[in-house]
Amino acid sequence: MLITAIRPDAELYRSWRAATNTPFWTLHPTLAHFQDLLARTTFPRWLWNTFFIAIVSTGISLVCGLLAGYALARLRFPMAGALGTSIFVTYLVPPTLLFIPLADIIRDFHLGNTPWALILTYPTFLIPFCTWLMMGYFKTIPKELEECARIDGATRFGAMVRIIFPIAIPGILSAGIFAFTLSWNEFIYALIFLSSPERKTVPVGVVSELIRGDIYFWGQLMAGALLGSVPVALVYSFFVEYYVTGLTGSVKG
Amino acid sequence: MAQVVLKDLNKKFDEVHVVKDVNLHVRDKEFVVLVGPSGCGKSTTLRMVAGLEEITSGEVHIGERLVNDLPPKDRDIAMVFQNYALYPHMTVYDNMAFGLKMRKFPKPEIEQRVREAATLLGIQELLKRKPRQLSGGQRQRVAVGRAIVRHPQVFLFDEPLSNLDAKLRVQMRVELKRLHNRLETTAIYVTHDQVEAMTLGDRVVVMKDGLVQQVGEPMEVYSKPRNKFVAGFIGSPAMNFIETTISDASGALYAETAGLRVRVPAGRASRLAPYKGQAVTLGIRPEDLREAAGGDPQDLVFEALVEVVEPLGSEILLDTRVGNQTLVARVDPTVRTKHHQKIRLAFIPDRIHFFDNNTDEAVA
Repeated sequence: MLITAIRPDAELYRSWRAATNTPFWTLHPTLAHFQDLLARTTFPRWLWNTFFIAIVSTGISLVCGLLAGYALARLRFPMAGALGTSIFVTYLVPPTLLFIPLADIIRDFHLGNTPWALILTYPTFLIPFCTWLMMGYFKTIPKELEECARIDGATRFGAMVRIIFPIAIPGILSAGIFAFTLSWNEFIYALIFLSSPERKTVPVGVVSELIRGDIYFWGQLMAGALLGSVPVALVYSFFVEYYVTGLTGSVKG
Repeated sequence: MAQVVLKDLNKKFDEVHVVKDVNLHVRDKEFVVLVGPSGCGKSTTLRMVAGLEEITSGEVHIGERLVNDLPPKDRDIAMVFQNYALYPHMTVYDNMAFGLKMRKFPKPEIEQRVREAATLLGIQELLKRKPRQLSGGQRQRVAVGRAIVRHPQVFLFDEPLSNLDAKLRVQMRVELKRLHNRLETTAIYVTHDQVEAMTLGDRVVVMKDGLVQQVGEPMEVYSKPRNKFVAGFIGSPAMNFIETTISDASGALYAETAGLRVRVPAGRASRLAPYKGQAVTLGIRPEDLREAAGGDPQDLVFEALVEVVEPLGSEILLDTRVGNQTLVARVDPTVRTKHHQKIRLAFIPDRIHFFDNNTDEAVA
């Protein structure tokens, strides 16, 4: 990806049988593709769109997932088990099936071609995902901790916010990172619900604007893909410590 | 400072009836221990007092108040859990201060109370640490400290010493007792360890299958068990049970089995008379058997075959066989015997217990 992004077109489109062909390095690295990408497309705009949509939908999903996960893990109410399973099942419904009725709803609410179309549809798979991840995490936290907090003078909600959530931070972070990545890379809803070039997200924009007709602008494509994956890579590396403990660990009393 | 009264307390989880009609009056400043095998409903009873478990039926009073519908935070209690339940993301100081902060105590008073409790428990140097940097015993102290800073009306302990190693457990047991003597707060303590129950409790409540079997002072429960379960549960090594038949000869009653014939003490004869010709269980604690001396009446002495000798230093445990029954005797360290040898043992007559085979109740 990096090599293609910095390779000038002359080298890029050289026949693979040419004597000077060097597939694994480039002789005259150039930033031309990046300049093209930033100047001639609305790439910065896409980045911002993707970022905004991913952050807001992750935020919404985390809040719902936290509360739902806590309720399913801790509260005793009729049909709790069945509800948990059915939430999981909704996660399994493929987007390729779901986008048809969703498109109908988006049209009814006149949300087509706005970021809100995605911000409100991404939670359809993010909330079940966060709920399940958080439910599993909450189950690893000894319930005596919050019982003790409730005896110490907290309400159930207070115990949840003051004791359980701080302990669950690794879990919350990993759910957040996963949700962020999922919505950052999401393709099909973004392709369908957004149409004007300046509203698009990175995965859709790169594909739809940099393949014109049947010509692939490989340099710009790769530059776009590279820039598009940098934020995700940053998020991962930044939280990797928490992230790992979130997937494997629990708390030791 | 308050009394705790449980009235006809019941708890059902779906179809499982785990606590059945428990009635108990814990007096002000009293230390009461609930003891029983796992699954006997003792923890559930405690959790109903704490408000962590809904009450199926019955009443719980703390002080003068009926607390059935009060949330745990309004019951003015403090609880120590088996796994300590220290908040892992807070320092020891914050752990201990949490309850006071939630109740909006002024900062200086929180500070003063936490320091006081820390001094009492010898954990002043640990206040800035996180729970994971503490040893088991230290965590235990912090958990107790967190309970005492609040000056609650009642302490609830749910097997607080079970996670400690044997030596530390004995040490903390003494400390808890000392602490209770000093603070004089009503306490309910749950354990499955009968030694803890005996040593800590002003009174002991023995439970089994959700039912209270016996309530009494430790020595009373020990020396006058109301039924076979209590007799077997309290005391280590456990009481010996011997299947015998009651017969009478020359005006006295005898409990008989193969290789053993014991005269029923005169004071007990009238109660046992109706059992003539029937089977009853004879119970005798290991320490109530001793090596027979020349002057012992013949109808309290029997001959046993020594199978295992366990010298404990201060005493010797003998696993012996009489007929087809095994009996454990706790004898003086001066007794010299080896396995496969025969030894003559004598009953201490007024320490013999009899149990009805149908009801398991003591026949006293």
